[in-house]
Amino acid sequence: MQPDLKLVSLLSTGRHPKSGRACRANQDSRALELAMKTSSQVTAVHAGNPDNNVLRQYAGMGLKKIAVLDLPETADPTQSLKHYLDEQSPDIVLTGVRAEDGESSGMLPYLLSEKLGWAMVPRIAEIQSIENGKAKVLQALPRGQRRLIEVDLPFIASVDNSAAEPRQSAFGPASRATIETISTEIFTDEALAGWQLSAARKRPKRLKIAKAKTAADRFKAATAKSQSKGGTLIKDKPASEQAKAIFDLLVTESVIKQP
Amino acid sequence: MTTVAHRRDPRTEWIIRNRLHPQHEALFASQNGPVRGPTGLIRKNPHNVGFIGPNGLKRIDRLEGNSSNVISINRQVRQVIEPEKPLHKVEQPDFHILVVPDLAGGRLTEQDKDVLGQAHTLANVEGSKGAVVAVIFGEHRETGLDQAGVDRLIHLEGSDYEDYCPELKLAALATIEQQLSPKHWLFPDSIHGGADLGSRLAATLGERPAVQAWQVNNQQATCRAASDSIDINRETPKILLLAEECADAVDETRHEVLPVTVDELIGTQTTLTDHGFMAVDPNSIPLAEAEFILAAGNGVSNWDLFHEAAEQLGATEGASRVAVDNGHMPRFRQVGATGTWVTASVYLAVGISGAIQHMQGIGQCQTVIAINTDANCDMVKRANLSVIGDSEEVLKELLLLIKEYREALSHAA
Ligand SMILES: Cc1cc2nc3c(=O)[nH]c(=O)nc-3n(C[C@H](O)[C@H](O)[C@H](O)COP(=O)(O)OP(=O)(O)OC[C@H]3O[C@@H](n4cnc5c(N)ncnc54)[C@H](O)[C@@H]3O)c2cc1C
Repeated sequence: MQPDLKLVSLLSTGRHPKSGRACRANQDSRALELAMKTSSQVTAVHAGNPDNNVLRQYAGMGLKKIAVLDLPETADPTQSLKHYLDEQSPDIVLTGVRAEDGESSGMLPYLLSEKLGWAMVPRIAEIQSIENGKAKVLQALPRGQRRLIEVDLPFIASVDNSAAEPRQSAFGPASRATIETISTEIFTDEALAGWQLSAARKRPKRLKIAKAKTAADRFKAATAKSQSKGGTLIKDKPASEQAKAIFDLLVTESVIKQP
Repeated sequence: MTTVAHRRDPRTEWIIRNRLHPQHEALFASQNGPVRGPTGLIRKNPHNVGFIGPNGLKRIDRLEGNSSNVISINRQVRQVIEPEKPLHKVEQPDFHILVVPDLAGGRLTEQDKDVLGQAHTLANVEGSKGAVVAVIFGEHRETGLDQAGVDRLIHLEGSDYEDYCPELKLAALATIEQQLSPKHWLFPDSIHGGADLGSRLAATLGERPAVQAWQVNNQQATCRAASDSIDINRETPKILLLAEECADAVDETRHEVLPVTVDELIGTQTTLTDHGFMAVDPNSIPLAEAEFILAAGNGVSNWDLFHEAAEQLGATEGASRVAVDNGHMPRFRQVGATGTWVTASVYLAVGISGAIQHMQGIGQCQTVIAINTDANCDMVKRANLSVIGDSEEVLKELLLLIKEYREALSHAA
């Protein structure tokens, strides 16, 4: 816990995976959880409609106040957020990787980092330590791996699904929290007008196309068991030699990690 | 005497008429003047069919030369000789389409190949011809770049690119953008770094990328959005982050892979420092995601040795159903049809026979290694490397090797 650190957590409206109803977003609430664990000076910010009920769900995690930049749906939030962050000058800004509603391009943290000139670390799972203006964060990689990255403050990070679970949202604090509306200049998202939105079409399943030219080949492709593609067979050799062959393959496939 | 009813065979007649047909000569000789036996019946000459195969034996090709692959029969390995694909050449490209593949694990992923395929659909414009340029950072192990559709290759070598260095890579991409001013930049929208790099480039160039694009042509791009619940149709932008299976991979042509040199790269200030991978307990990784699995079957008797080997190798443990049913391993370690379908890049199967229910679970594994006493079992047929021997002895030797390796490393450090 670093009490003197200023964190901003950006919140968006989520979409329930089953019902499609608005709810707190998975990654955003994990980001808020991470922020609240790291420092006691956390500002939660939402750019959008201040009357959004979902904000109460975030507030129920123990927030006294949520700042809302009052913007209509068609506005581009990056400019307004940039101005806001410039004024606040926090040390760390946390976001989700990809919004659950809207364009969900995942570009927001990158655009803010470009505009503010701060570093951007994607998909973090944990903030390990913060010392001398540098933070050590763990980045979540595919296959459950973690990478340790050192980054200068201030920075922006997007929080991965593998970060710690968010705490429950409680009704009491949710109804007690104040929603502070901040009116800002509105920058309209021009590109949006040229787009057509429609319900997601079902994507065609990719078929396995047998590129056989003759009936005999097609028959073989349909019935044949997968046969060996010329794997190496080591037989009647001492066990040490056999183990060496396995070991060498493991090293060339670079699955043996250095301690 | 009654005449023999003679059935016409239009195909043979046609071959006999066609002097250029490969079977013309043989058929002409056999059909020229039907041979009649002493009773007046037409006799077939059994010596006239077939041909002499490569090993001197007579072979009768009942496919009538219809089989497209020539299979050279060798007792050990069956090799299918594929005809060489035509070479796709782009001499003077009118524009460039840049692709930055992930090369996760040093090889093109399926998504990378699809993205290259997509690049070719975008390069095919009526009246002009584009070249697909791949940008590759650091070392790689891919040998099939020509088959995957790379016309030009920008290979930025150097150990700097081995670590996580999005800022360095971004600087390189920005230089390439100035040099080639490509028509499109294509990235796989993946967790292997493609989405990260693509977003960075888009932010730097001030472009609005199409993200999770799954249907793209030169006019329109369709992108998934809002947790896959809506599609956005928009004009195809300059930068595209492409979803899985966005297009079919290139598979009917070979490509040149001509190297392209890049202007001097300007060093950039980096704010991120990579301190390498953290040690993760391999058994805490979900089996379906694990990269390296050591799996045990009925052929393992020394279980302490197996667990120690898994720990020393840093492998996630897996098991066949028999090993689970016998109580040696927990149920959630079971690989196969009724267990977990794994995606490991290396699967080391110790004493597993390779029943079909087990093989279904390892269909996506790249490299399979088998240790088994039975050289004829199905696992050995599937494996890239098989060792025929007792599992206990081989595992013991493997443990010795890995300990030696670790000691040598710690001395060197
Ligand atoms: C409906 C159904 C679902 C199933 N689902 C699954 C599933 O999800 N996953 C699964 O794994 N199975 C499944 N099975 C079971 C499957 O059919 C096989 O019975 C099982 O996979 C065999 O396990 P095994 O290879 O470990 O054992 P075995 O078939 O007994 O093979 C043991 C192997 O070890 C070798 N061996 C023996 N001694 C040694 C030694 N000292 N050193 C080295 N090698 C040795 C032998 O040569 C043999 O190849 C299912 C079966 C059914 C009917």
